[in-house]
This record gives sequence, structure tokens and C-alpha cells, in this order.
Amino acid sequence: MAVAATTETGARPARAGRRLSVPSWAGTVPFFAYVTVFLLWPTAIVVVDSLKNPSGSWAFANITKLADPLVRGYFIGSVKLCLLSSVFGAVFGAILAYAVAIGNPDGLIRRLYIAVSGVLAQFGGVTLAFAFLVLIGPVGLLFHASWFYSFPWGITVIYTYFQIPLMVLVFLPAIDGVKVQWREASENLGASAWQYWRYVGGPLLTPAFLGGALLLFANALSAYATAVAWEDQIAYIVPQQIGIALSSEVGLSNVNVADLLALGMIIMMAVVMTGYALLQRRAARWLR
Amino acid sequence: MAAVTSVGETPAPTAASRPRGMHVRRQRRLNVFRYVVFTVFGLFFLLPLLAMLRFSLEGSKLGTWSLSAWKEIASYQNTGVPPLLSAIEVTLELAVITSVVTLVLLVPTMIWIRLRVQWLERTVEFLCTLPLTIPAIVLVVGIGPIYNRIQHYSVSALMLFWIYVILALPYAYRALAAGLGAIDVKTLSEAARSLGASWFTVMVRVIAPNMRQAILNALLLTFALVLGEFTIAYLLLYNDVLQPELFAINRNTPNAGVIFSTSFAALLFAFALLLILSYAGRSRRGRG
Repeated sequence: MAVAATTETGARPARAGRRLSVPSWAGTVPFFAYVTVFLLWPTAIVVVDSLKNPSGSWAFANITKLADPLVRGYFIGSVKLCLLSSVFGAVFGAILAYAVAIGNPDGLIRRLYIAVSGVLAQFGGVTLAFAFLVLIGPVGLLFHASWFYSFPWGITVIYTYFQIPLMVLVFLPAIDGVKVQWREASENLGASAWQYWRYVGGPLLTPAFLGGALLLFANALSAYATAVAWEDQIAYIVPQQIGIALSSEVGLSNVNVADLLALGMIIMMAVVMTGYALLQRRAARWLR
Repeated sequence: MAAVTSVGETPAPTAASRPRGMHVRRQRRLNVFRYVVFTVFGLFFLLPLLAMLRFSLEGSKLGTWSLSAWKEIASYQNTGVPPLLSAIEVTLELAVITSVVTLVLLVPTMIWIRLRVQWLERTVEFLCTLPLTIPAIVLVVGIGPIYNRIQHYSVSALMLFWIYVILALPYAYRALAAGLGAIDVKTLSEAARSLGASWFTVMVRVIAPNMRQAILNALLLTFALVLGEFTIAYLLLYNDVLQPELFAINRNTPNAGVIFSTSFAALLFAFALLLILSYAGRSRRGRG
């Protein structure tokens, strides 16, 4: 009796599905429709418009304008800022992650630092620039840094503030994945601590470290609010110039400047994130 | 990285002869290293926040203390900017709408894909993480034409939720994927199906309640993201949202106390949200 009932009810929905003949992927249509309209379409608009003149005709030569000295300047500024802030963020973040990792896994300090990192990694934007303005800016409480408005150092310090916590979040799992047994095994085989880090720990953590640094680079590249709240008159980096180009179409003639700069950013981001994905795969080989 | 290596190096020479003493000394040095690191980074993270707090408590004369900037949050008005309180209201409403839409879009899709159309899983993951590669500043360039159309129907700032959902996708997806991965979807759904449940019942009454924690995480992360979003609202000229509002106030009245009290309050709020998240996560693990 029970067996028969189970079979019958179990089979019914499948029959119903066949009768309606709605393919099972139909359930995902709303999601794909939404993403197409609000993510893929805008991206396509950027790519297409950057290869068109403002009048609407195709102009593939626009892409060479990315090498225009004026445009190149913003990209160089962006790369400078991203390199500096990601190197500082990655190195300091790795040190902090190591200090967190060697402590008590359930300890208060670890919980606190992870929770705080989660908040501070997202704490970019207008508020952060304000906070540094009143700490070391012209009205600063701690001191008045003469370099506060100088590029790239002033803004690098501000960016490092959200880069370090992000590095802690992405690098901590990698350090946690390093097994005590590996250390013990190398010590039993007579390796010094330096040899352990040089030949075992270092190589194991390098992909995760570089991957984290690349993620930080991408993170800095896409940040806009912090830079604008820090300095909204002069554009040093690509996002600032996109913002200016959006509100006033001046600069290069016959080019959709904002679209072209955005295309350049998409290309840079694609390269960086591909590198990140490859390094993550490499890092995951040992550290699971 | 240098510090990590040098800390590891220290115990090397005595490793073979006096393992016990070495261990104790290494432990002590590691502890010193940890506390130095925690103090230095703790100061770096705390000082800007404290400076902001001090500025929010500044009286009318320099160096005095007053709560007026905190009281002003409810009443601040100035020419050229919308009332602060209305911007806060709009932002909170926006945060609620965005989190609800994100969940309604993502939760059924992800469960359905896990249950019935697993071959789409990689595609959805890719699309959901894509907004990390296409930064908001790029997206805003392409979304302009789409928002022109939306503004035909409504000029309300609440319409920003359409694009905010896209920004929230990576974070919501990760939170939900972690929750889905932690439960045995296949067994649960087979059990429910064999008892006669429809697919709808399986999703709403079996799977979703089992990933309550993940849904809460996704909700809070989305909420925090909307509170801090600046780029898109500012560049699409929606000035009655919190972050562009703060930016505008600072432009009108540089270093007005109210921007520091509001920023600090928003930050505390975000911190409380993420603390709830981490605390709720712990209590669930404790039970399991």
C-alpha cells in the first residue's frame, strides 16, 4: 500500500511536467532576463559606443585613441595608484593575516579582526576620504600632512585602509590551509626555519599571495567614490576622468570619451581578473 | 613578507639540541610579534574613525565638545541640498527594496539550478561574479541610456534598485552558494518529492528554510552595500541618496559636523549588521 502510494505520487509531477512540456531551464529565465537587461546590455552599450562616433557611425580607429597621451596619462595614474596600494595592502595584509592565523582559532582577537575586516574592506567611499581628511588632512587632528593632496601618495594611504582588510580576508584561508604537519616534516628532515619558508611555505603561499595582490589591484582600479571625495577638481585616475567625461563631454573630439575610457577599464579588469582566477586555481591545488 | 620570514628564522640554530626551550622561546617571540602587529594595525584602523568621531562632537568653537552635530542629523537642511533626513529615508527604503528583489531573483534561481538544471550552474556563477570585473564606474556609463527610459516612467531615486541588485549579485551569490553547499539538496528534495511534494513546495518549504542563515547573510550584505553606494547614484544625478547627499553637504559647507556624525552613524549601523551576521553564524555552528 505504502509502496504503491509512493510510486504513484512520486511519478505524478514528472508526468505533469511532460504534459506541460515546459523545459526545466525555463525556471531560470527571470534571472537571465534581468542580468541581460541590467548587466550585459549596459556592457555591450559601452563596447559598441566606444567604437562609434558621437554621430553614430562606426569608428574602430577609436581604440587607438587609448594610446593618446592625454588618455594614457589617466591610465598611468590608475596603474600607479593600484600598484602602490595593492603592494602595500598585500604585504601588510599578509603580515596581519599571519599574525591572526597563528593565534587561537576561536579566540576573540581572531573573531574581532575578521569581523572588522569584513566591514572595513567595504568601507571605501566618501566616508573614508572624510575620515582621513580630519586625521591627516589640512584640518587633521593627528598632523597636517603636506602630501595629503599629492598624487599618488595621499590617496595611496587612503586606499591602503580598505586594501589591508581585503587582503586579510582573502589570504587568511590560504595561511590556515598550511598544515602543521608540513612544518613538522621539514623540521624532522633537518630543515631550518629559513629553509622551510624558502622551499615549502613560501612556494605554497606564493600563488595565493599574488592572487590576493591581483584582487587588490582590481579592487583599487574600480574604486571611484574615495578618489572623488578626496579630490573632485583634478582627475588623476581613469574613474575620475570617466566621471568628468560623463558630466561634460569635452576632451578628445569625435570620440565618446567616457565609453572609450570604460572600455579600457574593462580590458584591464579582464586581464587582471583572469590572472587572479588562474592563480586561485593554482593556489587551491595544495591549500584545501 | 619580510617580517614573516624573519620571525620564522629565529628558532633555527637550537632546533636540534634543545627542542623544548626552542619551542617556548619561539612561542614567546611569536606572541610579541602578534601583539606588535595587532597594536600597529589596530591604531591604523582606529585613528581615522576616532578623528571622525571627534569632529562629529566638535562644538561651535574649536576644541569644545557638543552633541549638536548628532542632533542635526534629524533636522539638517541647507540650500542646494535635499533635507538630510529624507535622504536617509530614501536610502533605507532603497536598501530594503534592493535586498528583497535580490533574494527573490537569486534564491529560487539558485535552488532550481541545483535541483534541475545543474549544467547552468557555472554560467550563473560567472554572471553573478561579473559585476566584480565590470566596476560600477563602467556600468554607469552603459546604464545611462537605460535609465533615460526608466526616468520616463518614474524619476524617483528608488528606481536605483534595478542597478543596485546587479551590484549586490556577487556578494549575495557567494553567501547563498555557501548555504546551498552546506545542505544535501539532492537527498532533501528526493525525500520531499517521494512524499509527494511539488517542486514549489520543495523549494519554499524544504530547501529555503534550511538555508535561512545564508539568506540572512545575503540580506545583510546587500543592505550594507546599498548604504555605502555612491558612484552610480552620484553619476546618474540622484542626489537625494545618502552618500551623494553627504558629498554635496561637504561641498556646500566644508567639514560640516553633520557629515561626520551621519557618516559615523551609518558606519556603526553597517558594523552592527555585519556583527549580527557573524554572531548568527556562530550560534548556528554551535548548535550543529
